[in-house]
Amino acid sequence: MMTEKFETQETWPQIKTVGLAGVIVTFSGVLSEPANRAAIAFLAGVRAAEWEEVEESNSTLVSTFLKMDLSVHRPEPIIERLQNLVDSRDWLAAPLPSGRTLWRVPTLFGTDRAPQLAEAAELAGQTIEQAITDLSTTSMRVLTIGFAPGQPYLGTLPDYWNIPRQTKITPNVPAGSLVTAVRQFCLFPYATPTGWRHVGATSFLSFRPKSERPFPLSPGDEMIFDPVTEVEFLKIESSDQSGNGGAQTEMLK
Amino acid sequence: MNRTLIVRSIGPAAAVQDLGRTGFMSAGLTRGGASDPAALHEGAALLGQRLSCAVLEMAGIGGVFEATSDIRIALTGAVMDATIDGATVQWNASHLLSACSVLKIGAARRGNFGYLHVGGGFATPSYLGTQGCHMSAGLGLLIAEGDILPVGSDASTDTGFYVVPEQRLDGGKICFVRSMQSDKFEDSTMTRFTKTEFRRDPRGNRQGIRMDFDGEGFQSGGQLNIVSEVTIAGDIQITGDGTPFVLMHECQTTGGYPRIGTILPCDLNKISQAPIGSSLKFELVTLEEGAAIQARASAVLSGLTKSIKPLIRDVTTIQDLLSYQLISGAISAKNDPLDEG
Repeated sequence: MMTEKFETQETWPQIKTVGLAGVIVTFSGVLSEPANRAAIAFLAGVRAAEWEEVEESNSTLVSTFLKMDLSVHRPEPIIERLQNLVDSRDWLAAPLPSGRTLWRVPTLFGTDRAPQLAEAAELAGQTIEQAITDLSTTSMRVLTIGFAPGQPYLGTLPDYWNIPRQTKITPNVPAGSLVTAVRQFCLFPYATPTGWRHVGATSFLSFRPKSERPFPLSPGDEMIFDPVTEVEFLKIESSDQSGNGGAQTEMLK
Repeated sequence: MNRTLIVRSIGPAAAVQDLGRTGFMSAGLTRGGASDPAALHEGAALLGQRLSCAVLEMAGIGGVFEATSDIRIALTGAVMDATIDGATVQWNASHLLSACSVLKIGAARRGNFGYLHVGGGFATPSYLGTQGCHMSAGLGLLIAEGDILPVGSDASTDTGFYVVPEQRLDGGKICFVRSMQSDKFEDSTMTRFTKTEFRRDPRGNRQGIRMDFDGEGFQSGGQLNIVSEVTIAGDIQITGDGTPFVLMHECQTTGGYPRIGTILPCDLNKISQAPIGSSLKFELVTLEEGAAIQARASAVLSGLTKSIKPLIRDVTTIQDLLSYQLISGAISAKNDPLDEG
């Protein structure tokens, strides 16, 4: 909840400097599907422009960031070019990128492998069965890759899944854990402490340092977490050591 | 003969480092790399080699190393006691470590991160394109006793140079600029922040370091309502209870806590090297001033090659004093052969 004051006074998008490390274009003060889509599309626009002072670029939940050394390059010229790019079209109406992938990831919901399913369901006001249906049938978009290497933030679940982060941190959830808070999922590439609730177990690793494709996911991809039984899950775990965790893929139009 | 360095003993957090990996921000991987990049510039200048040569970073404590062939070394960063075959050698300088000689590096006397550079650089494996260890991402391993570190080939034989490093081992004044979320903080909070004397807290790692202080916290207005956003090394993040954490080179790529500002890269080295409990004060500079300060610091680093000087040998540090001809021949007091060493 941004305060009313902020929401009504601020205009979007905003272009700001980030330390001496670059410039950021932010499309909204709150996470929304159009703002996320705008950030992904704007990143493609920035990359296509191939401005030579830009070292690298990425999209976050609602922003596009351009890394450049502001101790070498003054920010004003790039800010002017960014403003022109912003004004060149309605980015909130931009389509998703082409060449996106749908990932179907076998997932064990609940059990002692994902012990907070019941707690999360209760906070969302759902039975465990309803919760599994919601969590496993909603096609979740990769909103951004970040925090840890390859780690997707996925959204979004129905309103009633707007459950808060825990006040206490869970000291350790294992690699491949599917966790939820604020209508989103994260899928952790390695064991980590977290304030999000652990609702599913997968053998899908979003960071595979020894693979030819160390970061399999891209912003705009979709993921569906297909429920499997404990027996099926153990079978996948023991047979697929690639980090893919038995996931099936198809190309999206 | 294989060019290697045998690790006879080593401190608990030593790793091969370089300037980190770029280009992976969109994949969620921050640059990482050496905690004190200025020390890498100094070592490269002392050995007259490429800045990209991999080095050994030693956190707090050094180690004992034996060379299997003649290897040029340089020692930079946190000041540690060092000896070669028992004779003291100077820090911030380059030396020859002869085959079978033993280099001992003790605990840090000033600063936190000491660096051992070798002529040719360490020839360890690359992970995602470069050799630097990124602990948080699980790329690379800590160095252990018994490890044999391969050393690259070295075209030069020049040693015996020293460099006067930029002051950065004792905390002090840290310059920062406003960043994208600074306007979420009240002016009075920003003023109070710049007037507060902080201490480097023991709680810290390669991702972030806590700043200890007395008095009220530094919360922003919309503290809990910020959408997770890009984080970069040097960001001063204010956590829920109002405590500043400085994000370091292995920080995550995004974060949900507001940032009051961002430390200049040249001053982030001071945070890395600040001993626990040392005093730190943050000075807000404009983007233009910050850019000028950083540009000057970068110019100093790129000019280091020209500012290295030959070591003047001290009789007490000459390893094989008895082998020198000290009495025969004509020795002029004004032309002491030892000065030419």
